Amino acid sequence: MTIWMRCFTGLQEVQKEQSDKLQDMKQFLAFIKKEFVHVIRDRRTLLILFGMPIMQILIFGFALSNEIKNSKIIIVDKADDVASRELISKIDASKYFEVSNERISESEIEPAFQKGKLKIVMVIPAQFNLDLHHSGVSQIQLIADASDPNTANLLVNYVSAIVKDYQSEISVPGIIPYRILPETRMLYNPQLKSAHNFVPGVMALVLMLVCVMMTAITIVREKETGTMEVLLVSPLRPWLVMVAKAVPYLVLSWVNVTTILILSVTVLNLPFNGSLLLLFAESTLFIITCLTLGIFISIMTNSQQVAMLISLMGMLLPTLLFSGFMFPLENMPEVLQWISNIIPARWYYVIVKDIMIKGLGFASLYKETLALVVITLFFFIISIKTFKQRLA
Amino acid sequence: MESIVVNGISKWYGKEKLVALKNVSFTVNHGEIFGIIGPDGAGKTSLFRILTTLLLADEGSATVEGKDVVKQYKQIRNEIGYMPGRFSLYQDLTVKENLTFFATIFNTTIKENYHLIKDIYVQLEPFNDRRAGKLSGGMKQKLALCCALIHKPTVLFLDEPTTGVDPVSRKEFWEMLGKLKEQGITILVSTPYMDEASKCDRIALIQNGSILATDTPNAIRQSFDLMLYKAKSHNTALLLKDIRHYSKNLYAYAFGEHVHITFKAGEIDIEELKMNLIERKHHDIILEPDDATIEDCFIQMLRA
Repeated sequence: MTIWMRCFTGLQEVQKEQSDKLQDMKQFLAFIKKEFVHVIRDRRTLLILFGMPIMQILIFGFALSNEIKNSKIIIVDKADDVASRELISKIDASKYFEVSNERISESEIEPAFQKGKLKIVMVIPAQFNLDLHHSGVSQIQLIADASDPNTANLLVNYVSAIVKDYQSEISVPGIIPYRILPETRMLYNPQLKSAHNFVPGVMALVLMLVCVMMTAITIVREKETGTMEVLLVSPLRPWLVMVAKAVPYLVLSWVNVTTILILSVTVLNLPFNGSLLLLFAESTLFIITCLTLGIFISIMTNSQQVAMLISLMGMLLPTLLFSGFMFPLENMPEVLQWISNIIPARWYYVIVKDIMIKGLGFASLYKETLALVVITLFFFIISIKTFKQRLA
Repeated sequence: MESIVVNGISKWYGKEKLVALKNVSFTVNHGEIFGIIGPDGAGKTSLFRILTTLLLADEGSATVEGKDVVKQYKQIRNEIGYMPGRFSLYQDLTVKENLTFFATIFNTTIKENYHLIKDIYVQLEPFNDRRAGKLSGGMKQKLALCCALIHKPTVLFLDEPTTGVDPVSRKEFWEMLGKLKEQGITILVSTPYMDEASKCDRIALIQNGSILATDTPNAIRQSFDLMLYKAKSHNTALLLKDIRHYSKNLYAYAFGEHVHITFKAGEIDIEELKMNLIERKHHDIILEPDDATIEDCFIQMLRA
């Protein structure tokens, strides 16, 4: 009899536990639904959230690009022979240069630069073809406007590359090759495409902004409007509130990652060499890191302004400075390099670059992944420890 | 029979130890409307937060439905309803969405406890699809009350529910509380409006964190042991000045459009005062005895 009773009460307890879990789930889903409504009804913020990645990709991709297209080049062709004409037409054919029709003498080069616009001049000496075929060595002179050293450097490199290309074209195998320029090989980015560097950077930036700032603000807003008091005085488990708040931003971030990837492949003609699945998995990890950071900030603050300031100053600025996307980490003092290790975006930046452009697999990314996991766990544990069941 | 027992609660804030509550004690019986009456900054909200398990008291103890507010806070949270003073719902959610959301997180449905909120909700139903932010102040408070009631709480905590609400809505609101009381719900309500005190079964007057008196509104009014006259003339502002000037044995203050004069019986000859006022060129003078209101009691207690 007593055994039966015990069995019965045991069964009841199990059922109660199950219904408790079911209730938790129901509350959780209702909460997530509410959060989605918040996000969707706030049209202006939504526009910013979806528009921001698109704008950033387009701005970085076109306006701020340090890539060179259709630069004006003047060629002082003193030879005017077969080889020089071939070389000129080759330069003209490349999308980087537009050979000007202007005919100027050597003495007119400097005034031409001073007029602006002109960035580079190539001087082909007389008897260019003759020298090349007889002695196997010929020279050209490149004069670039180095007031903008980066552009000048790029242009010189481009022309050199084209000249070298021409050289190997006219070389006949078996015969002593024509003069060979020093080899400059640029790994993964032969044309110095700047998009390769900024797309992973923009991804880190956008995710950081959406996840950290928005999550922090949305939780603090409940504190400000007094709804948090009601939520605390309810059977709802407080940590469920936090997780439910984060879910919509996880979804939003996936949409943003997808948008950025589609734009960079279609509009910016970026290669995608690695595994899409791996990239999404790593992105999700980084998103969770950011969400944890956002929750952490929301626990520490009580007003939306403070939450926003901390997110911007404490998260966004270090992301810009230390992720290696604007300023190369290798050139930084050791202390700053050390600091950069605790910036999640620094690791994510490397991960995205390695997957997208180098096409590497997980085996070569475990170190970066581990770093992200450690940072996430760290903030997760602190958040749980500091989470208050009461108001103060 | 006690629903809420507060025993010597003290609370102070910050390094300067600003006192919010000083040795506060009272009990609230089952099924009564208990009013905490006091001006802004008297410590009402701190008291509510302590009782709703949101704040920890620095001294003293309290129980709600026999459960300790510190140790058994989880059980308390399951059975009370709370409407904070600045509670503004979710502005971007519609009336229905707000209510459904609060019903769900309290493990119930609108249908299940519809009878509880019916009287209030019928007024809101036409605006079901309107966003809470677009409702009038009175409607908002009604919706907030619905949200606090939807899970059939045994004790309802309402922190200044009528602040910022028009007089008509305030009246309706108190009628609703009367109906809820009939359902056996204990209601602890705070208000800065003295005229609402008479709607409560019992009240506690609170000022600067201390309880001045706890009793039924009538008993508190009857405990008023001074003479009280109300006065009016063509120039009430000047009247107040002149009455104050007349004698140091009386205490006069503006009360609505009248001046209230209180004094110990026998210390002032009211006819002499009237003559004095006429000499001072007041006309249309009204000077007659009046019954003390809660506010008069409160003012007297503050002076004592």
